[in-house]
Parts: sequence; C-alpha cells; structure tokens
Amino acid sequence: MSAHRFPLRRLHAALLVASLALAGCAAAPSKDDPFEPMNRAMFEVNDVVDGNVVKPIAELYVQAVPKLVRTGFTNVFNNIDDFFSGINGLLQGKTEKAGNDFGRVIVNMWGLGGLIDIASDLGIPKGNEDFGQTFGYWGIPQGPYLFVPLWGPTTVRDGTGTLIRVWYGPVGYLPYVPVRNIIYGIGAVDLRAQALGTTSLIDQASLDPYTFVRRAYLQKRLYDVYDGSPPPEKEEE
Amino acid sequence: MMVFPKLLRASAVFVLAIAALPSLAQEAPDVMVKRVAGDVLQTVRTDPKVQAGDQQRIREVIETKLLPHFDFERMTALAMGRNWAKATPEQQKVLVDQFRTLLVRTYSGALSQYRDQTMEYKPLRADPAATDVIVRTEVIRSGQVPVQIDYSLTKTAAGWKAYDVIVGGVSLVTNYRDEFNEQIKSGGVDGLIKTLTDKNSKGVPAKS
Repeated sequence: MSAHRFPLRRLHAALLVASLALAGCAAAPSKDDPFEPMNRAMFEVNDVVDGNVVKPIAELYVQAVPKLVRTGFTNVFNNIDDFFSGINGLLQGKTEKAGNDFGRVIVNMWGLGGLIDIASDLGIPKGNEDFGQTFGYWGIPQGPYLFVPLWGPTTVRDGTGTLIRVWYGPVGYLPYVPVRNIIYGIGAVDLRAQALGTTSLIDQASLDPYTFVRRAYLQKRLYDVYDGSPPPEKEEE
Repeated sequence: MMVFPKLLRASAVFVLAIAALPSLAQEAPDVMVKRVAGDVLQTVRTDPKVQAGDQQRIREVIETKLLPHFDFERMTALAMGRNWAKATPEQQKVLVDQFRTLLVRTYSGALSQYRDQTMEYKPLRADPAATDVIVRTEVIRSGQVPVQIDYSLTKTAAGWKAYDVIVGGVSLVTNYRDEFNEQIKSGGVDGLIKTLTDKNSKGVPAKS
C-alpha cells in the first residue's frame, strides 16, 4: 500500500532515473542484461502504473465477476493458447505434445467453444510451448533481457515470439475494433488477476525485486526450452 | 512404589524413541519428502487457525514440521557462492539466521495462499548409495500447466536434509545468489547482513 501512496513523485523519480541511466549508463551491466539501467527504469514505471491502475482493476475484477465466469474467460484464452502450443510443439518436432495440445483444443470446442475445460477433466495434460521456446529449441540465443511495462520480463527472443503470437491472433482478425480491444482488455485483466498472489510473494521474498524477477524469469525460460532438464549452470565469475 | 510405574513408563517411551531413531535416519529421501510435505499440507488443510490465516500458527507449523529437514547452513553457503569464504564465522552465523527467517516468512505467505491442489510424487531415480539426490514432485492444478517442485537433498548423520527447492525450474538458491552478490558488491558482507536484517525486522505486509 504505502509504496504506491505517492504515485506522481514515484513516477517522477522513475523518469529521473531513466534519463540519468540513458545519459550515463551507470552500473556495469551483466551479459544477460546489457540494458539494465533502462530496464530498471521501466520496472519502476511498471510498478507505479501497476500499483495505481492495473492491480486495482484486477482486484475489482476478482471481486465483481463471479468465479465461474472468470474461469470461463480463462478457459477460452487458454484454449487459444493450447492451439499455439500445438503449433510450437510441431515446430519442435514434439508430435506427442502437439497431439495433446490439439486434442485439448478439439475436445474443449465441445465445452462451449472452450468455456468449459473438458480436456483437463479427461486428464489430457496442458502444454506450454510458445514461439520463444521454439526459437530456443532451434538454437537461437535469448538475446538481451528486457523489461516491458505492462507486459513484464522478456528477452529479445521471447518478445519476438510474443509479437508473432499476438500478430496471428485470432483476436486481431475480428473486424470490429472496439470488440477486439475489449477482448484484449479482458484477457489482460484476467491474466493480471491470476498473478495477484505471485506479486505479493515476490515483494516478500526479494531483497531487490528487479534482480529477483530477472533471475527467476531467465531460469524459468531456460528450464522451459529444455523441457525441464536444462544443462547445469556454470558458476558466474 | 508411586514413582516406579511413572519412571518405567517414561523410560519405556525413551527406549521406544531411541528405537525409532535409526529407522528415521535410514528413511529414503523420497519417502521423507512425501511424509513431510503430506504432513504439512494436511495440517494446512485441516487446522482451523491456519485456515483462518493465523500467521503465528502457520509459522509454528513450518518451524516444527518443515525446518528440521532443511540444511540452512548449506543453503546459505550455496547462495553466497564464492563470497561465503569471505565472511567471518560470526557473519556466517548471522547470515544463516537471517536467511532462514526470510525464507520462513516467505513460505508462510505462500502457504496462506495454498488452495486445494494435488501433489504427485515421482519415483526416485538414484543410486541407493547416493548421498546427494533430487526428489521430484509435481503440483497438479486443474486446467493449468502442472508445476514441478524438486528438492535437492543431501545425506547427513541426522537423516536427509534439503538444501535447495526448485519451483518450475526456478532454483531458490540460484535466485538468491544474484541478490546476495549484488548486495555484497555494493555494501560488502555487512551490507548484505544489514539488508536482510532490515527486511526481516519490518512487519509482515498485512495483506497482499
């Protein structure tokens, strides 16, 4: 609560940090995060916007919308993700995983177009492949770490994957822009609502939330690219 | 005459406790993880105080049921990396203490958010003679990608002790290594101690 009491002052400070960082490039950046000063500024901006706008909306959403309806939204968006997970499974030659993903999509179509997640009740495991992982599987390095306000941690490789994913829709194909935007909006709020518990945990656990999120994200992505058995990490000198 | 039965009973309990010790020490690591995790989750699910969000009680559960199975000194040393050797024994002691407090507080926060989820325990693939193993578990949540939780354990004289927890590929120790490094770079070992102590002396955030 108290961290967000002075939004303007904080934003001001964040912008000041940003300009200083861009002018001076102060801290010696690491190999994973060459744009650390800029990323840190974006992290601050995100903190302010999230604390004052996005998080309150997500909390309101949780209070106002019945759980059944929220689960329905989540399921529809998940169903679309399953389709893309299947595509990426194929792109990595993981046919069994792709089969599960496409199987989920088809089964869930019978659950009112994805509103009801029948596939999970049937025990078809949910996959999580995406374009960033496919690029990683193909041997493309992750590139610099990026922190994007309102989106969160990513890398050049994973961010490119996300752009491709958003580009191919399917929401982008809807001809009527306001409807399209409303769907994007619900999707974003729904996602944020799912992460409400996680953010308070990060605040409790971390000494420096920025470093904490960065290392967790990079560890998680490495793990995902290698499907749970990443090569042992070498100690940084 | 009055004292004797009491004494006898007490010594019988003592003998039983001693007899139980070796079997506990020889308990296989995956069996231990399953027993301890199952016990903690069972308590969280059924204890009315925990259900009501009583932080004091949640911490008590962690202290008594979970902490004895962790090797915090090893955890702290690993998270410190090369900096561990630079710390004096006194500093090391404070670090272990403060790191433990931080983890307990974080974990009690996480436990209060625990919902009914199913744990699945994967078969242990390790040499019976191994002294360092990874026990793999999985949290199943309907409609979501399962989360892997792995425990790195080492065999000690007092049974198996965990020294790292890897949640969805994110190793606790690795994550803190960056944070510790950063603090030590800017303020030395004492700087890290100060940051940890300051953080721990702040009240627990009242709500998320």
